[in-house]
Amino acid sequence: MAYVAPAEVDDIELHDPQSFITKYIWSQDHKVIALQYAATAIGIGLVALVLSLLMRLQLGFPGTFSFIDPSSYYQFVTMHGMIMVIYLLTALFLGGFGNYLIPLMCGARDMVFPYVNMLSYWLYLVAVLVLLASFFVPGGPTGAGWTLYPPQVILQGTPGHDWGIILMLVSLIIFIVAFTMGGLNYVTTVLQARTRGMTLMRMPLSVWGIFMATILALLAFPALFVSAVMLLLDRTLGTSFFMPAIISMGETLDYGGGNPLLFQHLFWFFGHPEVYIVALPAFGIVSDLLSVHARKNIFGYRMMVWAIVAIGVLSFVVWAHHMYVSGMNPLFGFFFATTTLIIAVPTAIKVYNWVLTLWRGDIHLTVPMLFAIAFILTFVVGGLSGLFLGNVVVDVPLSDTYFVVAHFHMVMGVAPILVVFGAIYHWYPKITGRMLNDAMGKFHFWVTFLGTYAIYFPMHYLGFVGVPRRYYSIEGTDFIPASAVTLNQSITIAAFIVGVVQILFIYNLIWSYFKGKPSGPNPWKATSLEWQTPQTPPVHGNWGPNRPLVYRWAYDYSVPGAAQDYLPQTMSPDDPIVGGHLGRGDEKDHRS
Amino acid sequence: MSIFRILATKPWERNEASLGDLHGGGELSLPTQKIGLFVFLSVVTVLFGLIAAANVMRMKFGDWQPLTDPQMLWVNTGVLAFSSLALQWASVSARRQNLKGLKIGFFLGGVLAVAFLAGQILVWRNLIDSGHVVLGNSANGFFYMITAIHGLHLLGGLWAWGKSAVRIGRGVEIRELRLGVELCTLYWHFLLLVWLGMFALLLRT
Repeated sequence: MAYVAPAEVDDIELHDPQSFITKYIWSQDHKVIALQYAATAIGIGLVALVLSLLMRLQLGFPGTFSFIDPSSYYQFVTMHGMIMVIYLLTALFLGGFGNYLIPLMCGARDMVFPYVNMLSYWLYLVAVLVLLASFFVPGGPTGAGWTLYPPQVILQGTPGHDWGIILMLVSLIIFIVAFTMGGLNYVTTVLQARTRGMTLMRMPLSVWGIFMATILALLAFPALFVSAVMLLLDRTLGTSFFMPAIISMGETLDYGGGNPLLFQHLFWFFGHPEVYIVALPAFGIVSDLLSVHARKNIFGYRMMVWAIVAIGVLSFVVWAHHMYVSGMNPLFGFFFATTTLIIAVPTAIKVYNWVLTLWRGDIHLTVPMLFAIAFILTFVVGGLSGLFLGNVVVDVPLSDTYFVVAHFHMVMGVAPILVVFGAIYHWYPKITGRMLNDAMGKFHFWVTFLGTYAIYFPMHYLGFVGVPRRYYSIEGTDFIPASAVTLNQSITIAAFIVGVVQILFIYNLIWSYFKGKPSGPNPWKATSLEWQTPQTPPVHGNWGPNRPLVYRWAYDYSVPGAAQDYLPQTMSPDDPIVGGHLGRGDEKDHRS
Repeated sequence: MSIFRILATKPWERNEASLGDLHGGGELSLPTQKIGLFVFLSVVTVLFGLIAAANVMRMKFGDWQPLTDPQMLWVNTGVLAFSSLALQWASVSARRQNLKGLKIGFFLGGVLAVAFLAGQILVWRNLIDSGHVVLGNSANGFFYMITAIHGLHLLGGLWAWGKSAVRIGRGVEIRELRLGVELCTLYWHFLLLVWLGMFALLLRT
């Protein structure tokens, strides 16, 4: 194996913070930026949570709440979707976990372009503020649905067609610029700033997932950028990129010849990779959680990496499966249905490998582990319903029903959020030096896990009986049985219970920061580099005078014959505790 | 080393592990800034690729009324090409430790880039004066959007150019100037290529 030993990577010059402001506000430290990203994302995510509860109030008890009229209902739907997908999940996984974990797990002192990294956060904050501002402009935020399909998005009659949509598009454009700045950092840091001995195939899967997701995002967000710019021009300057000749409210508009389908293609060319931008970091993180808490090496490490790469590549050739009902050449439909089903293969490999990692492991049912196992279950449920929807003939009747709502909430809503929770419980001790309260954590887990099933499982049935999605009210529709109304009520109650429990989670975050049990540097006895820092929480520069040296992959758990049940990545094979070359292939039978 | 060989390594096997211990940590023997620029250029490539694809898809509809290509675009294209050439000269001079050549080439490259942008704005003004508005004609819309986005990217390049120009003015050593000059040159060549592609697209419509 001819490794070209690259020139020793120079330590980047660190910008040492002098005052409170440069330390905590205009900070260039990746850990502070990560926390800023995470706090902002969670904050705006709570707004989206409240919006979803308002939607549920209308659906469960239609007409009871006079402040929810059809316009505001559509605004809630739109903003809920957009915030959750982009401003919460993308920002939290890449800006939050990516920023925190990449340098620590790779053994770097910081991101390679710390100043650009700082700019990335502040632009993200601007994007969030512009988005929030749309709640306060005349007409309110846009209510066109998170997909923002033209022509209705800018026609009269759609809520927020005058100011809301402009702010939405401007906010997206700023977000994409901000993300690109961050993304350049994540990719370049993973490629260039790893410590000595950290080969690509020794990286923890969390880094692999975040790395691949960042590449996807860098290549997919330009599509959203182009469509947002063109839609903005259609709205403000009267171009006709997407707007066909149209008569709106009895009036012939100046638009002519534009192609709404073009927007859908551009949007979903971004939109489908976006699913994996959210899912791949979750895949990576959950692999590490399972391995650490089952005290077992991840089953099929190389296969896991290959699956991440394969999913990343395939995710660019499946986008039109979101457009079966938009009308397309049947051969196109056949092609996209096939690619969609093929992507299930690497995904299924990952699921098998997670389950086989648990197989005969020494499973510790800690809170992070509970969330990780719950992720596998939820992801399988959501993924299987995705296989139904990938087929054109099944998708067409189900596409506009609650079955689809159930599917995408399970697979890219609940599943990644469970990983987010698991990851927070897992890394909180490293970030703060204290454990999160276990009892509160377990209560939070069980209510969230069972509660989300109580919310989304029944929606599959609602979809099968034909309850249409996007409807403000299903009253006066003969084909919907009365039981659907009762079911909707119970879903709403479950949603409120789950929503309220999240307050307990936030409370736990704050309470444990002051009163939590001190964790020590490595409470989970994990092997990866972030747990081997000289200080906990890690200080600016992460590693003290010398960066760590890496001698092994991140999955040496329960190594037979070793003194401890794990070998940190920094442990040299010559270390007397290890005893010769343990963890170096002398015990083949133990590995997969 | 190829991506496939990297992905085929077995980090847990003893002989591969000993090789891994020697790995310096960086994957490519290029300056970090250059890799960052390459990543950015791939993002911009996708951006313009998608715009071109949208343009081609839109062209196929019956109502497409192509723009009569302003002759001045040929002049502008030439100016941009010379701008790129001047920067190349600066780059070569930097490699040969020729400070004077570096200064002239770098300065000339920036000035020509500004001239290009001014020329583009002139084209815009002439088009608007002759009644080529965006309303109801997508060909015009695409033209304005493509030139605007390309121009904004060049403007961003000029900002980086300005930072390097300040360093040259301060009399920083040529060894330390080289990377900045090379990155500017690379970016200029890239934007020239993008412009040639976009110009070809406009000519075909």
